[in-house]
Amino acid sequence: MNAEAFRSLLPEITHVNGPFWLSLRDGQLILQTCSDCGERRFPDSPVCPRCLSAQSTWTPASGRGTLWSWIVMHQKYFAAFADEVPYAVGFIQLDEGPFIISRLLGDPAALACDMVVQAVFEQVLADRTIAVFQAAS
Amino acid sequence: MECRSEFRGGAEEREAWVSESREVAIVGVGQTDFASLYAVRDTQRDEYALAAQALKDALDDAGLDKSEVDGLLTARVGYNRMADVAGIRNPRVVNGLEGSGRMSGVSLQHATALVATGMADVVACVYGNNGRSVQMKYGGEGGGPTAAYDAMHGMTSPGAYVAMMYRRYRHLYGAPEDALAPVAISNRRNAARNPVAVMREEIDTERYLSSRYIAEPLRLFDYCIINDGGVAFIVTSLERARSLRKRPVRVAATAAMGDLTNYYTSTDMFYGACQDVARRVYARSGLGPEQMDCLQVYDNFTPIVLFTLEGFGHAKQGSAWEWIRGGRIGFDGERPLNTSGGHTGESYMQGWALHVEAVRQIRGECGDRQVAACHTAQYMCASPIVTSHVLVGE
Repeated sequence: MNAEAFRSLLPEITHVNGPFWLSLRDGQLILQTCSDCGERRFPDSPVCPRCLSAQSTWTPASGRGTLWSWIVMHQKYFAAFADEVPYAVGFIQLDEGPFIISRLLGDPAALACDMVVQAVFEQVLADRTIAVFQAAS
Repeated sequence: MECRSEFRGGAEEREAWVSESREVAIVGVGQTDFASLYAVRDTQRDEYALAAQALKDALDDAGLDKSEVDGLLTARVGYNRMADVAGIRNPRVVNGLEGSGRMSGVSLQHATALVATGMADVVACVYGNNGRSVQMKYGGEGGGPTAAYDAMHGMTSPGAYVAMMYRRYRHLYGAPEDALAPVAISNRRNAARNPVAVMREEIDTERYLSSRYIAEPLRLFDYCIINDGGVAFIVTSLERARSLRKRPVRVAATAAMGDLTNYYTSTDMFYGACQDVARRVYARSGLGPEQMDCLQVYDNFTPIVLFTLEGFGHAKQGSAWEWIRGGRIGFDGERPLNTSGGHTGESYMQGWALHVEAVRQIRGECGDRQVAACHTAQYMCASPIVTSHVLVGE
């Protein structure tokens, strides 16, 4: 994969999402959590969509979820993924509630809606680790 | 309280303002020749020129002079430049909507509300797009901070988010590999009878199944045709419409509901929002799904047709893929759908040209693809803003 092209796709690290990215480097998925009502959300957003509180903390997530659906991307939209096609991408509901999009590791033929998936951590650049998902063991 | 000063007076103005809401009609439609635009890419092609051309056609169609336009709503093209280009300097109401497909239905709704309340008398809704010439892909572009969380996984494009829903739909309802073929085939069959359609060659199931995947399970033939073009429609009161050139097409009902999340993928395939909108447009118009003579369905990707038919009660949830089989949705079928060829056959004009087709079907102007005895049409858009209108010929 073209590292520079890939870097340009990555979310910018901000003072809000900084803990999320730092935690991934330690192999831990964390979620923004409302300090007032406990609602958990992803990706990071400025206020709680349930109670509008602007106070939040980050709390560990299980890294487990359910595969709602997936696609296999054949089209070359991104230069960074031009050599990767076809690749599988899932729409996953984390056990904590929020949905997340992630590349899926393993054989696409073995994928099924509602299967349980688990995050694994890939260091994609020297300074960046991301969570990707695969079938839970 | 009495108004003092030189602004006093205007009893008629006040009467119009406080009176009950007015009935509203579409009185003029205009669009460019999508096929000839598709044939030649031109990176200097001006989307404002395309929009202005459609506006001129729509005004001519209505028999109205530009000076009578007192409301201007634009989409994709900006309102200020559009007003300047078209010489509409002092509209009483003016606004610009973003260039997403959901906005065509929203545009007619706003125009309807403006005319109904007397905020404006003659509203021009204007759209221009040079997407093919400037190589819009609707995927692979930036998209903001939350889209980056998807892009870093190679996830992009509305089609891919729709493909997520369609895989789930197949899982839930057992739809087979060729379940979408009737939509793609019917759109092409209708397009073959539309002189301005881009894709006028008919296809069969074998051809459909042999087309390449874009975002699997969606294939090339499930995708809309990105193109250049302009579309406009003119909206005024039904009372005014009766003295104009063409058969008035009354906006018998219109309603909307958002289904707005971080993703284009809706976990109920927009069903809940469609049901809510359906209840309101059917109640307000006094007409039900069986009474729609033609359906114009926002089909950026073919699965959306299934979700729409189910959400709006034309087919039972989970059964639209069976319901569409056997020619039911052909221009000569029981429930004609996307008679111009839709977005996969005519051109992707983000719902705008589907509005034009609805009006022309009701007027009986559609030539070889004309639906017999068409007096009602329903526009439906299942998207993050679900919209629907029921249109009735007067």
